Formats: sequence, structure tokens, C-alpha cells
Amino acid sequence: MCLAIPARIVELEGDKAVVDAMGNRWKARTTLLAEAKLGDLVLIHAGFAISLVDEEEAKETWQLIAEINDFNQTQNRVSG
Amino acid sequence: MDFMLDRIHKAQTLCNAACEKMGRQINIMEVCGTHTVSIFRNGIRSTLPRKLKLLTGPGCPVCVTDQGYIDTVLQLADRDDCLIATYGDMVRVPGRGGSLETKRTKANVKVVLSSEDALQLAKDNPNKIVVFVAVGFETTAPATAVVVKEAAAGSINNFCILSGHKLVVPAMRALLSGKNHNIDAFLCPGHVSVIIGYGAFAEIVEDFGRPCVVAGFEPLQIIEGLGEICQQLSAGKAELKSVYPAVVTEQGNTSAQKIIAECFEPVDGYWRGLGKIEKSTLKLKDKYSRFDGLKRFNITETPGEDTSGCRCGEVLCGLIEPPECGLFGKSCTPQTPVGPCMVSSEGACAAWFKYGQKRKDE
Ligand code: SF4
Repeated sequence: MCLAIPARIVELEGDKAVVDAMGNRWKARTTLLAEAKLGDLVLIHAGFAISLVDEEEAKETWQLIAEINDFNQTQNRVSG
Repeated sequence: MDFMLDRIHKAQTLCNAACEKMGRQINIMEVCGTHTVSIFRNGIRSTLPRKLKLLTGPGCPVCVTDQGYIDTVLQLADRDDCLIATYGDMVRVPGRGGSLETKRTKANVKVVLSSEDALQLAKDNPNKIVVFVAVGFETTAPATAVVVKEAAAGSINNFCILSGHKLVVPAMRALLSGKNHNIDAFLCPGHVSVIIGYGAFAEIVEDFGRPCVVAGFEPLQIIEGLGEICQQLSAGKAELKSVYPAVVTEQGNTSAQKIIAECFEPVDGYWRGLGKIEKSTLKLKDKYSRFDGLKRFNITETPGEDTSGCRCGEVLCGLIEPPECGLFGKSCTPQTPVGPCMVSSEGACAAWFKYGQKRKDE
């Protein structure tokens, strides 16, 4: 559950953002990452952006997450 | 692709050389549930020399949470005036008299994906007290801190948290201070380091002479991290390095650190398997104490005991591997978990169960 998910900021108003990862969209906050801008790829953990991340890094993590979620289908979800 | 193979080959050569030079088994501990999953999923263990052993440490927040905390959560879930807001990972952890999942039938347990959802639940249910099950390491604690501040600012008084937030570095110190440990070096957690910065591990290198290398989750990074550690061990050195430069800086996320420090203070706390560790658990500061669930319900948390037969404690300290537990794969499986290491997808027992573990030369 320390996993942070890379996602792109597709909407941003104040510190309230909508982010997108592999077509999944959800709400997140940029309270902890003041420099985050619209269009940036960020790492999201427990609903908050915690750092910027590059494209290549993001792709690798998405693959890993896909695998974990698959594993979790019969169990529970990884939070954050 | 060739370039990648070269890098893997180089790291493997370093690992092999270290094993030869040391002439004994080398033990490297990873302290991150996501590393555990990636190592198993990518079959990294099978590519390592026989004498290089990876130990799974206390890197899964659900797994290290003491049984006493779980029992407190379950106790509150029984109250009609409470709504329990929890991350999904905690729902199936067994405790005294069941798990949150079995309480779920009472409709007072809600799974949330963020701390903000938990606060929203309080706003939407003014006649209930929402208790947020706040577990997680430094990565997760800032998210809790933000909503506690917001609850205070908005006078949302039917919200409180049970802080089970834990700090990674004190746990590493506790492991190295124990007599029985056999840890030569640490592969340090990537996403915790995003917050605390890789500089936070300097004290482990300085005080205990153990190499600390921060790595991301790609197999290549993990293998290169191990290569870096082996190179240091061969040379008799202990250094602090990050092979995760795309995301982790030396200072970490200072806004997140500030907000943790503003809301929380480190106090002594209980960990599964590791017992009481000095200044290892985050407790809300006095100015936010009205959001502290223990105070609100006047609960004194006592350390709990593991479910009988479960050896999660030893698994978390790297003392045994999951198959050495008599229940592994028998009464304990991901469908019928006996301990948290089998519940959490990041737990060592679960990863071991799913991916199995064989070295190429076994
Ligand atoms: S296999 Fe099950 S019972 Fe044994 S240590 Fe792991 S979680 Fe506990």
C-alpha cells in the first residue's frame, strides 16, 4: 500500500485535480506538490500527488499495477 | 534492448564477484511491499547467485500493524455510533472476533481510496463519528495530516483517526540493533523515499555501516540496486546511493515533511514481530488531539498477540521464509488468510504463495 500510481493531471483548479492513468480518471489533490501543473505526470498516493515522474517510469509502474490488480481481483484492492 | 541486457549483466557480475569475495551468504533486505511484489513477479530471485539471499523486511504497512491496533479497530466497528473508514488492504486482516469484512454486514465499514474520502464521509454522515483507520508509512501520513488540518479548519468534529502511521528508519535501526539479525545491506523503499528523501537513510549507513540503496520498482532498477550494494560489500564499503533519480531526491518532498511535523510527533509504538520501537509511530500533536480516536473513545491500546501458529512476526524480521511456517499453503492461503502477511497483496506470504519461489539451481 506504499504504492504510488503515476497519472497525468488533466484538470486542475487550485489544488484540486482530475488525473488520468491508462484511461481511468479520478480526483486527486496537489496540496503536497505546489509546483504541479496541468499536463504533468505525477505520482499519486492515497489521493495526493507526491512527486513528478517521467514518462518511462510511469509506463513501467502501470504495468506492475496492472499485475497487482489482477492478483487482487479475488481479494482486495491496493489502496492509494 | 541490448543496452538493458548489458546493464543486467554488469549488475549480475557485481553480485557474483561479491559472493565469491565474501565466501559466505550475503543477505540483503528489502523494506518495501512493492519491491517484494516486483521481485517475485519478475522472478528476480532466480537470476541471483545462490549465495545472495533477499530477505523481505517490515515493508508492508498492513503486515507490520500490531494486533492490538487491529483489535481496537474491530472494537470500534461494533459501535452503532461509528463509521469505520479504511483502505481496502485492512479489511480482511483477522483479529479478535473476526475481521472488518465480517463486520461489514453491519454496514458501518466503508472502504476509501483516500483520506479525503474519509473526511467526506464524516461530512455526509453528521450523526455518526467517522473513524479513519490511518495506517501506512511516511508516504501515506501526509495525506492523513492534510485532512486532519481540514477537519480542524472546518470544525468537522465527527471525524477522528486511529493513527497507525509508522516510520521506516526507526524500524531499520531496531532490526540492526537486534542480536539475531543477519542483514548485510538494505534495498531502501522507493515511494517512502519520495517523501523522506534518500538522505534519511544516512544514519543507517553511518551508525551501522550497512549500505543503503534506494531503488524504484522496475526489475532493472532492482537488479542494479543489488549490483550497487554488492559492489560496496566487495569493497568493504557502506554508502548511501539512489538508483531512482527520476523520482527520489536527497531531501524528499519537504512540503509533505512539513505537514507531517505540523500534525504529528513520533512516539514509541508497537510493531508486529518487532515489538516496541522507540519513536517509530506517529501520534497527533496536542493541538489536534480532539481528532485522536484513542482519546475520543478513551482507549488504551495494548500490544496484541499474533493468531496462534502464525509466524508473520518472524517473516517480517527476515528470520524465516514463509514456507517455513507450518500453516503456509495449508490452512493459510490468500482465500483463507490467517495472518496479515497473507492478506495483503504486498505481504511476503501472499507474494510467495502467488509466485512460488525456486532458484534455477534448485
Ligand atoms: S503463512 Fe499465514 S500463518 Fe504463516 S506466517 Fe504467513 S500469514 Fe502467518
